[in-house]
Amino acid sequence: MMRLELVKRPQRSALFSVLSPFIAFALTMIAGAIMFALLGVNPVDAFNIYFIQPISEVWQLHELAIKAAPLILIAVGLSVCYKANIWNIGAEGQFILGGIFGSIIPVLFPQFEGPLVLPLMLLLGMVGGALYAAIPALLKTRFSTNEILTSLMLVYVAQLFLDWLVRGPWRDPQGHGFPQTIQFGDSAILPELMPDAGRANWGFVFALVAAIAIWLMMSRMLKGFEVRVLGSSPRAGRFAGFGFNKMVFFTFLLSGALAGLAGISEVSGAIGQLQPVISPGYGFTAIIVAFLGRLNPLGIVAAGLVLALTYLGGEAVQSALGISDKVARVFQGMLLFFVLGCDTLIHYRIRLIGFAAPKLEAAPKLEEAR
Amino acid sequence: MSANHDRANLLEVRGLTKIFGTLTACDHIDLNIAKGEIHALLGENGAGKSTLVKMLFGSLEPNSGEIFWDGKAVRITSPGVAKKLGIGMVFQHFSLFEALTAAENIALSLNDGSPISTIAAKARALSYSYGLPLDPESLVGDLSVGERQRIEIIRCLLQTPQLIILDEPTSVLTPQEADKLFETLERLRAEGKSILYISHRLEEVKRICDRATVLRHGKVVGHCNPRQETAASLARMMVGNEVKAVVRAPAEGIETAPALLEIRGLTRKPATPFAIPLKNINLTVRAGEVIGIAGVAGNGQGEFFESVSGEVLQQDAGSVRIRGKDAGALSITGRRLMGAAFVPEERLGHGAAPRMKLSENLLLSRHATDGKSFVGSGGMVRNGSVYSAAQRIITAMDVRKSAPDPEAAALSGGNLQKFIVGRELDRKPSVMVVNQPTWGVDAGAAAHIRQALIELARSGSAVLVISQDLDELFELSDAIAVMHNGVLSAPLPIAEATFEKIGLLMGGAEPGHAEHTMETA
Repeated sequence: MMRLELVKRPQRSALFSVLSPFIAFALTMIAGAIMFALLGVNPVDAFNIYFIQPISEVWQLHELAIKAAPLILIAVGLSVCYKANIWNIGAEGQFILGGIFGSIIPVLFPQFEGPLVLPLMLLLGMVGGALYAAIPALLKTRFSTNEILTSLMLVYVAQLFLDWLVRGPWRDPQGHGFPQTIQFGDSAILPELMPDAGRANWGFVFALVAAIAIWLMMSRMLKGFEVRVLGSSPRAGRFAGFGFNKMVFFTFLLSGALAGLAGISEVSGAIGQLQPVISPGYGFTAIIVAFLGRLNPLGIVAAGLVLALTYLGGEAVQSALGISDKVARVFQGMLLFFVLGCDTLIHYRIRLIGFAAPKLEAAPKLEEAR
Repeated sequence: MSANHDRANLLEVRGLTKIFGTLTACDHIDLNIAKGEIHALLGENGAGKSTLVKMLFGSLEPNSGEIFWDGKAVRITSPGVAKKLGIGMVFQHFSLFEALTAAENIALSLNDGSPISTIAAKARALSYSYGLPLDPESLVGDLSVGERQRIEIIRCLLQTPQLIILDEPTSVLTPQEADKLFETLERLRAEGKSILYISHRLEEVKRICDRATVLRHGKVVGHCNPRQETAASLARMMVGNEVKAVVRAPAEGIETAPALLEIRGLTRKPATPFAIPLKNINLTVRAGEVIGIAGVAGNGQGEFFESVSGEVLQQDAGSVRIRGKDAGALSITGRRLMGAAFVPEERLGHGAAPRMKLSENLLLSRHATDGKSFVGSGGMVRNGSVYSAAQRIITAMDVRKSAPDPEAAALSGGNLQKFIVGRELDRKPSVMVVNQPTWGVDAGAAAHIRQALIELARSGSAVLVISQDLDELFELSDAIAVMHNGVLSAPLPIAEATFEKIGLLMGGAEPGHAEHTMETA
């Protein structure tokens, strides 16, 4: 008989910190192959359609960047929260409020044009996301509410608020009753990076810049140290002179602003107007991205691209094989599950132990000796 | 030794070895514990005592070697197996849930489904009969270290073990409490139980232990009868050479030296239902002197430390003054910038972040005071200078470790304490406040820390030491004050202080002594 035992490592394993996401990815592939087989599809074909074909041409890489940009932007902000042991689950709502705030100019003042429009929109988007994130932060610091619940519930408030806006006060009067705002003017559209090659816009650049900036902050700056200390041992953080309530506001405002920036970038770049739904769940998928990327901003860039591919692949298998695009959600869920599972390997190693004790053989000798 | 032929051995250990990577923590350890004996396990920090004990208790599995229980070979694969055999353990670092009551914590480890009220009643009865009074309804989070230890001991005794392992049990007790514990241990011995007693306090080992096994660098260096040894000869076996006695030059001209730390009428309401309120505390620590604060665990020392350090702010800014300026309204960072340094009681999780490297833990308390050298423009941390400063402290304090810059949790308690004290000494602070400077630290390391504190004072700083270790306070202090139930007595000059006088004050024998303080101060 054998049993598995988890043995605590004296130090966290640097090797498995790096390997864990890859092991998780491999396990996801195996589980995915089983799923495709059960659905009656040849797994090799399905993987080809799901993971290879969507990125085999340049314009498709642009589509990948469009999907990855909001995921990365949101996830790097969330990674700071999670490192501080503060749980912002409401990035989806902050994303939506960012989109709404940024749209104030092109919707309410469409005659205002020029080079100032776009920067103002982006700024307003960040302000909107940050303000919306300030609500759970305030509730937590003032009334000790659980930020997981409040930030999550505010997502639904944001979704319904957007829905009301585009059906009510902000609806395009010439839109034949469709629930959407007017099309943004040219100066309110986030430009494409390489219009000849594909649709990818500046949102992807924002994501990369944010990832590098946050990486610098977390690994090199005192502020990042503060985040890590308060997250790993709050009492030592207090001894260091770092304030926990300030940290709650800092992380919520930062992650809210980045989610808001992602929101307005998506609206002004990929969509060009406000609609009842502006996100296929980016704010929630970004949580997976953050953990798959080991809460490391550079890892998050890679993880964001992987998760973006699950979106594209889901669309591809739906059109090619007639499988529901909910497959994308299954892949995302499995990835998160395996990532969290494999993280155990960082602090523990697995040992196989036989029940038959080899050392028992020594016992008779003692009996003889007596 | 011959003892194992005279008496039946309860536990025999043969050639027990544990290897961590390249480090052999325990190297072919032999150990015999007879029925009805108190057996001392002596050794410096990192000598392998904890590793050995963890193997006996099933928390670690040995790489090789044999364990015999009552003459039968056994494999202790988990603490559950150890408990079933009849081995009980009282850890130095307690394993209690702070959010639960004492009785609930005990119920968790008994795991036999009996109702909490029964367990509480049993625990209460047992605790009083063994002279370790305990309120089973109190929340662990609100208890002091000494009181938490009582829970651990009671929890262990409730399981009626044959062998009880005690890891540094007296390090948090008053002399009177320790005496009671010794009575308890002697009673257990008379009942035929065996005790493995881990301690670095050689006098008490000589007093209560029948035999001793001494470890050094993971190897057994000798078995002996501690009653036939002197404290000095035991220390020599442990350390491998003579332990330097702490030298305290007489402090001169203290009366006229500037007061660097002044506490004026410090009062604090209890923050939690079980916390101790501080009542009108007055104290002056002058340049060049060491003042000790004695007291039984849980009499307000923790609350006092938090108030002085600035982890908790005062309403009256003048109630804490550092170098002649009001500091009561300043945060811990503000007080550090005025020249003060602090060492809290808990090493892991308070004084140091367990999962962070030593260099990062250096930055923890010194990011503001050493802002110029550790933090560059734009808030960038200068990792190079932090690292070299950490190495400087490691060398100065002789911190022993397995990697160049290991995580704090990877160090033994004593070595981490040397680093945490050294981290503050390295700044040459003009006010140093230390809570339990050598709790659970071995003789060699403790002497090192104490000598360093005295030297800091003699170089012109004010040093305030809060400790439950009276030997330590008598070694260190120029005057000793006693904290009892949130009230601080007037400091007694060391020349007038005796164990008896201090012990009486610790027991609260002189009610209203705070009033005297105000008149004489």
